[in-house]
Amino acid sequence: MNKGLVSVLAAALLLGQAHAQEKVTLTVAVFPSLDSSIKAILPAWQKKYPNVTINMQAQQYADHHNAMTTALATGQGLPDVMAIEVGYVAKFAEGQGLEDLNKAPYNAAAAKKLFTPFTIAQATSSDGRFIAMPTDIGPGTFFYRKDVLDKAGVNPVNMQRSWESYIAAGKTIKAKTGAYLVNTAASVYGIIIRTNLKPGEGIYFDKGNNLLVGPDNARFVRAFTLSKQIRDAGLDAKVGEWTNEWYDAFKKGTVATQFSGAWLQGALQNWMAPDTKGLWRVQNLPERSFASWGGTFYGIPSKAKNKGWAWEFIKFMTMNQSAQIAAFEDNGAFPALVSAQKDKVFSEPVDFLGGQKARVLWRDAAAKTQPIDVNKYDSVADQIVQTELTNVLEKGKDIKQALSDARAQILRRAR
Amino acid sequence: MSHRLPAPARARLSYARLQQRFAPYVFVSPFFLLFLVFGLFPLLFSLFLAFHLWSPLDGLGHWKFVGFENFALALDRQDQFWTTLKNTVWIGLLAGVPQHLAALPLAFLIHQSLRRYQSTLSTVLFLPYITNAVAIAIVFATLYSERLGLLNYLRGLVGLDPVRWLGDPSMVPYSVAAVVFWRYLGWNVVLYLSGLQAISEDVYEAATVDGAGKWQQFWYITLPLLRPMMFYAFTLTIVGNMQLFEEPFMLLGDGGGSSGAGLTTAMHIFNTAFRDLDMGYASAMSWLLFLAIFALSMVNNVLFSRGGER
Repeated sequence: MNKGLVSVLAAALLLGQAHAQEKVTLTVAVFPSLDSSIKAILPAWQKKYPNVTINMQAQQYADHHNAMTTALATGQGLPDVMAIEVGYVAKFAEGQGLEDLNKAPYNAAAAKKLFTPFTIAQATSSDGRFIAMPTDIGPGTFFYRKDVLDKAGVNPVNMQRSWESYIAAGKTIKAKTGAYLVNTAASVYGIIIRTNLKPGEGIYFDKGNNLLVGPDNARFVRAFTLSKQIRDAGLDAKVGEWTNEWYDAFKKGTVATQFSGAWLQGALQNWMAPDTKGLWRVQNLPERSFASWGGTFYGIPSKAKNKGWAWEFIKFMTMNQSAQIAAFEDNGAFPALVSAQKDKVFSEPVDFLGGQKARVLWRDAAAKTQPIDVNKYDSVADQIVQTELTNVLEKGKDIKQALSDARAQILRRAR
Repeated sequence: MSHRLPAPARARLSYARLQQRFAPYVFVSPFFLLFLVFGLFPLLFSLFLAFHLWSPLDGLGHWKFVGFENFALALDRQDQFWTTLKNTVWIGLLAGVPQHLAALPLAFLIHQSLRRYQSTLSTVLFLPYITNAVAIAIVFATLYSERLGLLNYLRGLVGLDPVRWLGDPSMVPYSVAAVVFWRYLGWNVVLYLSGLQAISEDVYEAATVDGAGKWQQFWYITLPLLRPMMFYAFTLTIVGNMQLFEEPFMLLGDGGGSSGAGLTTAMHIFNTAFRDLDMGYASAMSWLLFLAIFALSMVNNVLFSRGGER
């Protein structure tokens, strides 16, 4: 029997079992606000598969991932479908507890072409296993307050040209309106290290697991230098994300720009600053760079009980155009499915952004975002470099020294 | 004596007899079972892990023996472990020392002069201890808020510049320590109060008859007789502050705030285990933290046993 026939038979068996009319309860472990997306799609699923009940187990973001880590470690209490946020997907990919979707009966190779390309790389382990299907993405752009820029007489296009022109515009804005350029200097660092990567490079490590952080890496030196310039010029509000000051800055327009994924529009409109409707616009990041903020995936644990139905569920959630649109309209979960991005809602103007056709811009940014190699020590490197960055910003530590200290610390931990 | 019962034959090992013999073991078994599962097993498992490299995502059994590498890693001077240990001790001192300096006189005052309000005062002081950490974090994050917070508003009223309580790395330890101080002060007052109540009134009466003043009574009677309770309270503070986690975690997030100035060892261990998924290194650090706590407790022990009466 050849290999192709085996996989066809296996698929037939699996589907045969899956489509039998017995009652099935499928456990799906998720975090907010993904549960809201799923609820928006569930009626359609129930209509198609009335015998399959979805038992949704939603926990807070960190609790969910801790629970999934423990479940994978012990092989106990695993759900049938596991939602994974982009911050965890690389670590989960390097572990051995999730099904390789490249293999039969899933054969996801063909499906992979349907998604925004960089997400596939995020869910692929270094040994080539594809462990989770993407459902939503966070194409990155920058939001700016049109009213503040107008008052300062700054043309937003100028802010896009280079980081230097972005900072220069920030000085004008500060002088003319008193508004800060950005919430914290660290967010400029965050984008620069995520853009202009060479093929085969990740943020902190390259494909061969070589550490890129160090005093000789131009990307990190530039990111640290520009952050420091912004801090020294008094252009950042020194406000962390997800704090009361952050929301207050959005409401009062005391910060002129914010780098973010497309989802920020939904958050601003729904709860952060609904009264600022019409005052915001978006445009691409400076130096025509592209980055992504966030993203969600679904994987199947190897020890799941209903793998057949799990796969059906995942396909329904990720590859079904109307499901993806429903999630997008429910809470702004930007579809990872390319064909869903061609839906007519994407060419509709966004009222909150003064009627700007922003979704086209996001779609374009998503298509241009390069795949970034991920590494299981990314979180170790991230924390160490962030700490060194604050040492530079807050304590005036020398940039080269900070980067070589960071390098030494990361090398020790990444074993 | 002929009253002794004849030895029971094997056949007479009846149910009743079995029950009599084993029932006590069955009745005490829940503690031991729970201890085995939730106490001893994790303890031994973490000792085992301390000598291995293991990511939980690889599943049980996929660990790699690395000998003392994890310990060597932590003990390297450049490693974050030292920084976090320094942070922990510094925040612990900032919170712990004032705590006892305030709790002892407060308890004495309540015991001596405000006895009528003792239960009310104890309850009020004890409340922070039983308040949910999340609620505390929300309230203090609001107080500490740089632009919207009450503290900076009050500073503004008297013409002082706002302070970045949770943003400035040099302020972070004080801000965290203040919360810890506030939270556990009542606990210590209650401890000292119970210690004071154990001191017989007769001693004070005798001292009064001998003409000792309030201050002398405090210095020569209360303090020496309170030594055992002080030893107990200090030990609890050392152990608790060295394991400080909730307050900085809730106020500053898992990174420990600006420059990681509020990153305690317990937080670092948690991050290493559950964010970086390096269980072996986290276990090794847990054991090192245990040794540090043990050493400090011993120092405390020595300081207290000096001078005899304990």
